[in-house]
Amino acid sequence: MNPAAAPRTFEVRPSPDAADPVHDGSLLEVSLGPQHPSTHGVFRMDVVLDGETVVKLKPVFGYLHRNHEKIAENTSYLGSMPYTDRLDYFCSLTSNWAYALTVERLAGLQVPERAEYLRVITAELTRLQNHAAVCGFLLQDMGALGTPLMYAFRERERILDLFESLTGARMMCNYMRFGGCRCDTPPGWLEQARSVVTGFGAFLDEFEALLSSNEILLGRTQGIGILPRELAINAGISGPMARASGVAYDIRKVDRYGIYDQFEFRVPLGDHGDVFDRYMIRALEMRESLRILGAALQRIPAGPVIDPKAKLRGFRPKPGESYGRIESPKGELGFYLISDGGPNPWRYRIRPPSFINLTILEDLCLGRSVADAVVILGSVDIVLGEVDR
Amino acid sequence: MLGGGILHGLAVTAKNFVGSFTDPERLVTLGYPEERAPAKENARQFPFLVFDGADPQAGLRCVACQICEKECPPQCILIVKSKTKKPDHLGKPQFFPATFDIDLSVCMSCQICVEVCPFDAIKMDQEFELATNDRFEGLLRHRDQLARPNAHFQKLHPTDAAAIDARRAEELAKAAAAATAAAAAPRKPAPESPPAA
Amino acid sequence: MVSGIRNFVRESLFSSEQSHYNGAVEQLEALKTRLLRELPGTRIALVSNAAVPSQGSLAVPPSDARAVARWLRDTPDLRLDFCSNVTGVDWPDRDEKVMVRRTVDGIEKEVTEVQHRPGYLEVVYHLYSVALGGGPVILRQRTSNRTTDVEVASLTPVWRSCEFQEREVYDLFGVRFSDHPDLRRILLWEGFRDHPMRRDYVPPDDYEYEPTPHDEVLERAQRHRASQEAPR
Repeated sequence: MNPAAAPRTFEVRPSPDAADPVHDGSLLEVSLGPQHPSTHGVFRMDVVLDGETVVKLKPVFGYLHRNHEKIAENTSYLGSMPYTDRLDYFCSLTSNWAYALTVERLAGLQVPERAEYLRVITAELTRLQNHAAVCGFLLQDMGALGTPLMYAFRERERILDLFESLTGARMMCNYMRFGGCRCDTPPGWLEQARSVVTGFGAFLDEFEALLSSNEILLGRTQGIGILPRELAINAGISGPMARASGVAYDIRKVDRYGIYDQFEFRVPLGDHGDVFDRYMIRALEMRESLRILGAALQRIPAGPVIDPKAKLRGFRPKPGESYGRIESPKGELGFYLISDGGPNPWRYRIRPPSFINLTILEDLCLGRSVADAVVILGSVDIVLGEVDR
Repeated sequence: MLGGGILHGLAVTAKNFVGSFTDPERLVTLGYPEERAPAKENARQFPFLVFDGADPQAGLRCVACQICEKECPPQCILIVKSKTKKPDHLGKPQFFPATFDIDLSVCMSCQICVEVCPFDAIKMDQEFELATNDRFEGLLRHRDQLARPNAHFQKLHPTDAAAIDARRAEELAKAAAAATAAAAAPRKPAPESPPAA
Repeated sequence: MVSGIRNFVRESLFSSEQSHYNGAVEQLEALKTRLLRELPGTRIALVSNAAVPSQGSLAVPPSDARAVARWLRDTPDLRLDFCSNVTGVDWPDRDEKVMVRRTVDGIEKEVTEVQHRPGYLEVVYHLYSVALGGGPVILRQRTSNRTTDVEVASLTPVWRSCEFQEREVYDLFGVRFSDHPDLRRILLWEGFRDHPMRRDYVPPDDYEYEPTPHDEVLERAQRHRASQEAPR
């Protein structure tokens, strides 16, 4: 049925230099991944080890690369929206929002207030389920096999149920549209969301009681993978990872996009910038998200959910460019669009937070053991759909 | 006390262990496939074509306008327009799809075809058990496999279907009124006020 | 050793420290004038943005780029310490219709003329300030053509966040960055021949059977079939 694909050529890498310490056997080169369970997807670390100590670490990725940007440049503006779901498949709603925000800025569209509330609610729910899952995975990487991850996933599933009844899909939501959201909430959804949010607070208490004071956890995370504040800023680290290093930067506060200026919430900051801080920052951010959600679910007004002027088909923004960014659960998620007035964007670029957060992976891991490198990678919080695009 | 944190955590585990047998909040596992989660109205899997009445050929709402084919992001729809026309629900002659294929192995369930369809002809199904041992033909759905009665749509998405049915009934009533008025007009021409269309 | 539970939440200060720079057109012009005064000899051009006027940009030639970048990062009232986004844009050669003033038969009038605009590659940097909360300042570096001279200055020595992103631009667009510490392909494998984000990139014939071909996919299928039937 399927005609054989044309043969491809691959270049063979030159054989290693004889003076290379890896070659003479004093150092050991290990390829950690891409099918390693601790690498969170098809991610590979080219590690050179001296005994158990990491002396060199090069992240290698691209196994999931499908050139999403090129696909988007050959698709209509609307047609790229479902593809953004597949970037960070844990947080499809925030990816939708970042893209919709950039296009709205480009085309000068207004978003009705109810849609803004729905965006905040879905984005904060996304943050909750992402952080819960990440904390679970991080603990799993440290050897807390199963239990915390399953607790986190049980809670995450309740939020995914909410997403499914609102948007039709658990993960590939495809919910936002330029100028609003695709559909209004089904009857009873807001009450259901309120009860999930209330239950989530209890889950957080339990989750922290389970492990946050566990001596093994403290020993494995405190003082490991320290990211200094200056390096974090200079290397463009964003999101919980930067805040764990004490960088007071949260785009919800800085850009005040959407209606975040109407909500009161604090931004937790870490002092040490180690793995433990990154773990705790996520736990604390979940509490702040619960505050935002409580207020948003209480105050959400009635009204339309999409700008009636927004066109679904034949959408052609005027020529120009725009850069829009939001605080996604992983960090700063940006979209850069150049329009030439045509139906497809001329340039479509994604600034993926987990890709840029990997820049300093080697710095964090040098001098640590392999087991620490795994934990450090877990605390960076990457999703390969977004890293590779 | 060293080890206190561990004991504290073990207490939580013990509570959960006991609770997972008694507390309905913690009984989250379903025994699929005997037990199934209740279907959600908005849930979507893959598209199907709606037809009215009993005959999938005659009642097919699709008029082969090919908008969904053009807008589909992964280009998984193939439509070939018919040479002849058939009457739609208002009696107007319309084209129909001679071929309407959807490749489910390419479809990404994004629902854009449903949103852009001006004729309410394509909707999302909730069937997900589609495993097959033929990657190509096994997942390629042809027109006659895609056609589902309106009753199926009403069962899956009652709110949406009720609104669409009401609108279509209204259109039909308007068309019928216009037709009777037009039929009445030549016999007894009204001099000034034409019948409201 | 284990230091136990730490105290985290502090009321962070965002509202009090707002930078004056918000990208307004006058501010960008003032910034340009100031740059020209403080860094004499640099050539800087303003690039306006019709859709979002507050996101105009500064085009800098590669020879001056690093000095300008350092200045933007270190100037106390700007402190653009956070390079958020680095990306490439491909502008192929094209013929543009432009209105030109010409003297025709002794009368000056506006005539439409077709002008050939040579193509170039562009690298765009979006800069923000974490310290002061301002931005974005957008920098652009342009190559002189798309084939022989595709080198721009790497800004990785100024902002470490450019490291992977410049590698990506090199990988997908084929822009070379001088003084980049580790300029290798990042998303594609070593030995990949072309740069797929260029507008004139021709994908290899890796056609896979699809049951619903139309438009481009159909063309590709036909091309593939022809190449299979052609004698080798």
